[in-house]
Amino acid sequence: MFIDVDNITFEYESDDGTTSVIKDLTVGFDEGQFIAVLGHNGSGKSTFAKLLNGMLKPNGGKITVNGMDTSDEELFIDIKRTIGMVFQNPDNQLVATVVEEDVAFGLENLGVPHKEMVERVDKALKAVGMSEFKTSAPHKLSGGQKQRVAIAGIIAMEPKCIVFDEPTAMLDPKGRKEVMDVIQRLCREKGITVILITHYMNEAALADRVLVMNKGKIVLDGTPGKVFSEVETLKAAGLDVPQPCDLAFKLREAGIDLKTDVLSVDDLVEAVTVVLQEEI
Amino acid sequence: MINDITFGQFIDTNSKIHKLDPRTKLLLLIVFIVFIFVSNNFLSLGLTVVLVVAAMLLSKIPVKMYLRNIRSILPIIIITSLLNMFYSGGGKVLVDWWIFTITSAGISRSVFMTLRIVLLILISAVLSYTTSPTALTGAIESLLKPLKWIGLGNAVHTMAMVMTIALRFIPTLIEETQKIMNAQKARGADMETGGIIKRVKALLPILIPLLISSIRRAYELAEAMECRCYNGGTGRTKYKLMRYSHRDVVAAVVSTVVFAGVIVLNIYSGAIYSLIF
Repeated sequence: MFIDVDNITFEYESDDGTTSVIKDLTVGFDEGQFIAVLGHNGSGKSTFAKLLNGMLKPNGGKITVNGMDTSDEELFIDIKRTIGMVFQNPDNQLVATVVEEDVAFGLENLGVPHKEMVERVDKALKAVGMSEFKTSAPHKLSGGQKQRVAIAGIIAMEPKCIVFDEPTAMLDPKGRKEVMDVIQRLCREKGITVILITHYMNEAALADRVLVMNKGKIVLDGTPGKVFSEVETLKAAGLDVPQPCDLAFKLREAGIDLKTDVLSVDDLVEAVTVVLQEEI
Repeated sequence: MINDITFGQFIDTNSKIHKLDPRTKLLLLIVFIVFIFVSNNFLSLGLTVVLVVAAMLLSKIPVKMYLRNIRSILPIIIITSLLNMFYSGGGKVLVDWWIFTITSAGISRSVFMTLRIVLLILISAVLSYTTSPTALTGAIESLLKPLKWIGLGNAVHTMAMVMTIALRFIPTLIEETQKIMNAQKARGADMETGGIIKRVKALLPILIPLLISSIRRAYELAEAMECRCYNGGTGRTKYKLMRYSHRDVVAAVVSTVVFAGVIVLNIYSGAIYSLIF
């Protein structure tokens, strides 16, 4: 198992006593997969993301990444090199005043030699389609472009896995599409393990595996087709079910024998056609 | 409006001066300031004027832009020149009216001081017009590097990092201020009328949200930097390399020759004056 989450708990102390965010959570991730973690606000999904790369340490249990314990302070840098992280607000992750220098930031920190650094910066910018903006100032870019620069900054460090913590939440539809395209390409073409934290069902539908979190626990785990057919559990977790899934669910409830893994409008049309043809 | 913000006064005309290493420019600025203060007569100051004007022309920045700089400090120039005119004695008395006495030495001194101030402004403007703040930050960090021998290496790096982040976030925060102002205006806040106290008070509902959001940003940025393995200045390599080229050598040699000229003119000015007049 590439990432092994073993029975972790995470809680914090506040004035109102101890609040438990993650409870007895156990899960494992394979390398090269595209995993989506769904959950509504307060489900613990962002905390889970920060636990994965050691930004937060579990109060109980253990997380191992490629054999490294995330609670081990000595491995701080190694874990962050293995698992990169992209956050929600693109503005608050860019450090430098020029795009290329920002992409180089992580490499500078790692002490990469200059010649190699230049090559890796170029490669990373190309991977996110931002090469032509190499010498632009970040504040002149759109939200989606800024987020792609932030992603380039992580790719340049060549991590095995990237955790995206709601990367599209602050973007317009165009920016959202740009970023999702890049994320998919990273996984499919470069073989980087992607863990996408999101509350958009249509983004989760692109993944190989979907986890649904509610109140610090994983309530559903499986392929998008399987997870989205569990309409009642999804609704209980406070999530909006994609319309085609919802309609398919209602049709099945009404006694129509539709297949279960309906994700998109096309799937639904196909399933309905099959049923109609059988009736004729 | 927000997209037009340029940091400092940098104007990229890609001239010979732009292509100089920022460290050279920063050091030469200091040298030029020394020139200006070392020159003690019109002949040597004249030589400095020639060099400053040459730098201005080489920078390919419109002279209008330089004049704009001078205009903004015009009041200071006028006050200094008046004070010098009335308070330095000696020489032939030209005007003697009520408490005002203007002497030939006073006028000469006043012109000399004005020229000095104008030169200071112009040569600083050459630097800020031709060097981006990012390059300047890099130059300062690089020039202060020797401080690591007295254990201040990390302090130098931290200072440069702070400057970089400040430059990065100035446009972001301006944009944010604009948003907050609009939000408060939409809620009926009045920022344009009333006396000074009322206006300062009206600023509070803008400053407080701005401060809170800045702290939140700082926290998120720190997290993102940690995720990118930021660990202070130790063991870091630099992406932007600064290299001295033949241009820097030329600039340094020219400046040295002129500096020698300034000193010679300072010493022999009396002899030269008596030769001419």
